Amino acid sequence: MVTLNNYLLVSGLLFAIGFAGVLLRRNIIIIFMALELMLNAANLSLVAFARFYTVTDATQKVLPNYNGQMLVFFIIAVAAAEVAVGLAIIVALYRARQTTNVEDLNTLKF
Amino acid sequence: MPLYLFWIFAALMLVFGAAAVLNRNPVASALSLVVSLLNLAVLFFSLDAYFIGVIQILVYAGAVMVLFLFIIMLLDLKAEQRRRISLPVVLGGAAILAAFVAQLVTVLHRFPAGDKPFPALTPGLNDAHNIGMMLFSNYNLPFQVIGVLILVASIGVVVLSKRELN
Repeated sequence: MVTLNNYLLVSGLLFAIGFAGVLLRRNIIIIFMALELMLNAANLSLVAFARFYTVTDATQKVLPNYNGQMLVFFIIAVAAAEVAVGLAIIVALYRARQTTNVEDLNTLKF
Repeated sequence: MPLYLFWIFAALMLVFGAAAVLNRNPVASALSLVVSLLNLAVLFFSLDAYFIGVIQILVYAGAVMVLFLFIIMLLDLKAEQRRRISLPVVLGGAAILAAFVAQLVTVLHRFPAGDKPFPALTPGLNDAHNIGMMLFSNYNLPFQVIGVLILVASIGVVVLSKRELN
């Protein structure tokens, strides 16, 4: 029997993998992909909570709490827009510097 | 969903997520991420979130990852050569991650609702219908704001992609 804790643990581990990617990798595109993993980990725990805390509607049907799923829907929409803008910035950066390595992009470094 | 199926798909998702992070070749990394996101969609299906799962496959595994692959191939990135890793960064990262996972396990251990099974739903869930009703009634304003956001993002991408910024 799958419990809520199973989903939350998997979600936390996925977040940890994404976080490790942001810390360890030097390629800015891979860092961006690891950010997507972290967003998806948050989505998984939101959907798990939405399924756990069910609501009863006017016709006495037991439904998942759709407020959580709506938040996931909006997160996916915003993430798609964010990926488009982020990759355009990376392309502009590559055009200016001919590199995607974050160690070579140190103009703003204090 | 039986427990063994849950663990199979969760393990596949975590293994391919780790492969996406650890792989030296960016194309292989992006393809591992596609598999990881598909397994995440299966976990969404197991939580009776059918519409969200389909959206996950269409938007993430479809559109977003194709965009990533397109950019990787456009920039013609080669596999990274082995660089000297700075030991403090790795040690600090490992310490932060270990603290995070330990905290997660502690919090979940004390979470009272965590060990209860999921409550049963009324059979015949009309998922897409319910989400549509919610989207166009309670969440109508955020939905339109999202439309404006995507418009702004697409204009922004066009401006950013121009060769000369005037």
